[in-house]
Amino acid sequence: MWKLLKIELYKIFSRPRTFISFGAVALLVGIIQFGLKLDGNTYIDFMLRDVSVSLDIEGKVLNGYLICYIILQLLLVHVPLLITIISGDLISGEANMGTLRLLLTKPVSRTEVILAKFGAATIYTLILLVWMAILALFLSLVIFGNGDMLNLKAEYIVQLKSTDVFWRYLAAFGFAAIAMVTVAAIGFFLSIFAENSIGPIVTTMSIIIAFTILSTLDIPVFNVIKPFLFTTHMIGWKGFFDVKVTTDNVAIIGSVQNLDRILIAAGVLILHIIGLLIASIAVFKRKDILS
Amino acid sequence: MKKMMRQWLCVGLLVSVAGISPVAANAQDVTVLVQKVKAKLEKVSNYVAEGKMKTDVAFIKAPAGKVKIYYKQPNKFKLKRDGGISLLPKGGVSVNMNSLLTDNNYMAIDAGEALLDGKKVRVVKLLPTSENSDVVLTTLYIDEPNLLIKKASTTTRENGTFEMAMEYGKFASYALPDKVIFAFNTKDYKLPKGITMEFDTGDKSKDGKMKNKKGRVEIQYTSYVINKGIPDSEFL
Amino acid sequence: MQQIIKVTGLSKNFNKIQAVNQLSFSVNQGDVYGFLGQNGAGKSTTIRMLLTLITPSAGHIDMFGLDLNKHRKEILRQVGAVIEKPDVYKYLTAIENLKLFMKISGGAMLGRPQLLEMLELVGLQERADGAVKTFSQGMKQRLGVAIALIHDPQLVILDEPTNGLDPQGIADIRNLILRLSRTMSKTVLVSSHLLSEIELIANRLLIIDKGAKMVEGYAKELFDPSNTIIEVETLDNAKSTTAIQQSDWKQHLQPSRNGAIVLKMDKNQIPSFNEALTAMHVPVVSLVPRLSLEDYFLQVTTRNQHVEAFKD
Repeated sequence: MWKLLKIELYKIFSRPRTFISFGAVALLVGIIQFGLKLDGNTYIDFMLRDVSVSLDIEGKVLNGYLICYIILQLLLVHVPLLITIISGDLISGEANMGTLRLLLTKPVSRTEVILAKFGAATIYTLILLVWMAILALFLSLVIFGNGDMLNLKAEYIVQLKSTDVFWRYLAAFGFAAIAMVTVAAIGFFLSIFAENSIGPIVTTMSIIIAFTILSTLDIPVFNVIKPFLFTTHMIGWKGFFDVKVTTDNVAIIGSVQNLDRILIAAGVLILHIIGLLIASIAVFKRKDILS
Repeated sequence: MKKMMRQWLCVGLLVSVAGISPVAANAQDVTVLVQKVKAKLEKVSNYVAEGKMKTDVAFIKAPAGKVKIYYKQPNKFKLKRDGGISLLPKGGVSVNMNSLLTDNNYMAIDAGEALLDGKKVRVVKLLPTSENSDVVLTTLYIDEPNLLIKKASTTTRENGTFEMAMEYGKFASYALPDKVIFAFNTKDYKLPKGITMEFDTGDKSKDGKMKNKKGRVEIQYTSYVINKGIPDSEFL
Repeated sequence: MQQIIKVTGLSKNFNKIQAVNQLSFSVNQGDVYGFLGQNGAGKSTTIRMLLTLITPSAGHIDMFGLDLNKHRKEILRQVGAVIEKPDVYKYLTAIENLKLFMKISGGAMLGRPQLLEMLELVGLQERADGAVKTFSQGMKQRLGVAIALIHDPQLVILDEPTNGLDPQGIADIRNLILRLSRTMSKTVLVSSHLLSEIELIANRLLIIDKGAKMVEGYAKELFDPSNTIIEVETLDNAKSTTAIQQSDWKQHLQPSRNGAIVLKMDKNQIPSFNEALTAMHVPVVSLVPRLSLEDYFLQVTTRNQHVEAFKD
């Protein structure tokens, strides 16, 4: 199966559109960094307007760590699209091209084909995230420098010491990897039912957008279904940027406020991935290849 | 008889004089007391202090951090958080006593005595004489024998009331505290969830707990370098 | 003789449509097996079931003496297939495509020289490093054949291999099939609706219609030489037809379209008839035995159920 995996990776990275994804990430991140470099303080002033009524905030608030957080938050919808473009094309694209029938007449099982293709999609996703981490985190630190990070939540602000941030980003990117692989799994699963990649891509993005809206709107009737939406759990990476406090309300360095919740969210996403993969294998094994 | 009447008159005069002079004497006392306290404070023309600062505001989770504090007469004050961000109460309030007594534009009024942490202190109210002053009233709780301000409560026009409580130790002779606890009013903080896109952890809203609470900043001083000179560039 | 393919009672339903109906046939080692049927008869569906692209609704397939369900990988290592219009990865070159499929075909790993040899076999060696997106359909077809042969399979299955090809391309494929059979000793199953081509290459035939077998057998046994159709072209077909009608050969005349002269006779009578035409001073331009297979095919299938507009 490793041979098949290498072949699938070769196919993905032989296509120009794959590199368009990397270019798109670079462009999006660059635009945000450029904008915040020019006018980031206005943005910060707006976010801190309530706080600055009673508190003086001194120090480098607009630093690389905060920039990275803003970038990650803004790209919640964009990066899934770039992942879906590849994963949603893996089966349907081959059906459309006419190569699927050729592939499946070879002495490889359909299960191996699914695992290899999904494995390749996962590796692509991880590489894209590493690329994003390099640009969003490392490049932001180079441009904007180091410093304590202020996490402006809805009801309170978390101040993280500069020495207490980097490992959180490693954990956050790790979590984001699970979240994005979930997106890849959805696109991949839908790809099995189509002979054109537009359908799976549009459907996956529609699901993500609709579920994200339901997950983030604070309306009581939606609160019932929120725990069952994978998008609710996808933003679990943010949980790494909240800390526990002592009885004196002093932040405990190195702690995570709701680590158990984050782990549950990760578990839910992993279950989604496994479930979708099993479903993909089951459907694909029974599928008549008519393309 | 005449001799006895003269004695009673003297006693009566003495008693009456003794009765009037405490009021006038007290007014003079507190002014003098405050002047003495100020004089003690003014012995320190500048200092660089190191310490650890804890911020206790309902809507802020901040770690304790090392701070460096610079002071230079008459009223230059700077708090630098060791390489990070500092969140301090607004109003340009510098966490030190010297700022309160930098000029003489106040009237000191004796407000009697009180017990603070089991010790007797003199309560003095300072009323600014200038109408333009932001400070409306300052109440000092003074350890008279040691000429140390144990607590100060200041009411301002713009930023409400804040309190400073001081604990003294090895630097008491310089009127420099080991520990300062600064309490102040805070406005409510809230950002729309649609902007922050929270990770829902199921924690109940802390709405009730966050509102109308006082914030506290506590600085535990570990060292002072006194009267060694500080360039003005440190205060920029 | 080993049976390379044995199909028993094969059926496939798509919802309520019976695409293949209780089909049974066998392909022997060394056969060039012609698989004939009109468009929509079920040929491609059958071939896709042989290649495990479609799951049968009923029936059994054995290949190389092994159950296809249980020994799929082992069997497919010995099979090379070209399915309808083959397509390859357009963003790769010809040799990159060949290399990619070589790796998963279960055969030996070949170096560039051997890959180029394979491309030479199908006439693509000049375009080895050419991007496939620039290839014509015929070139893609040939590349598809190369991919099917890259692992030196025992059985080659070709589904409509001449679709979209020009006459030269069709001839090339025909010659390739003959070479596969005669020189490389491979068993070939080729499906087509181009009856003329199948007649020239196949030794055994299966004709299906509406998913069911109509007839199976050796080509030479299936066609009755006594019913050879010939078409005569003269300088004046009308006058020539009149002359034939007045001769002893008139009972051999067949109804025809567009004024062509068509007769049916025993193959052995053709020389005599030729002499008779000369004696009648019929100015013969050509005398061609028409494809008897086509007639046979038309006989056994239900082509007469045409749409009104297409009837004679």
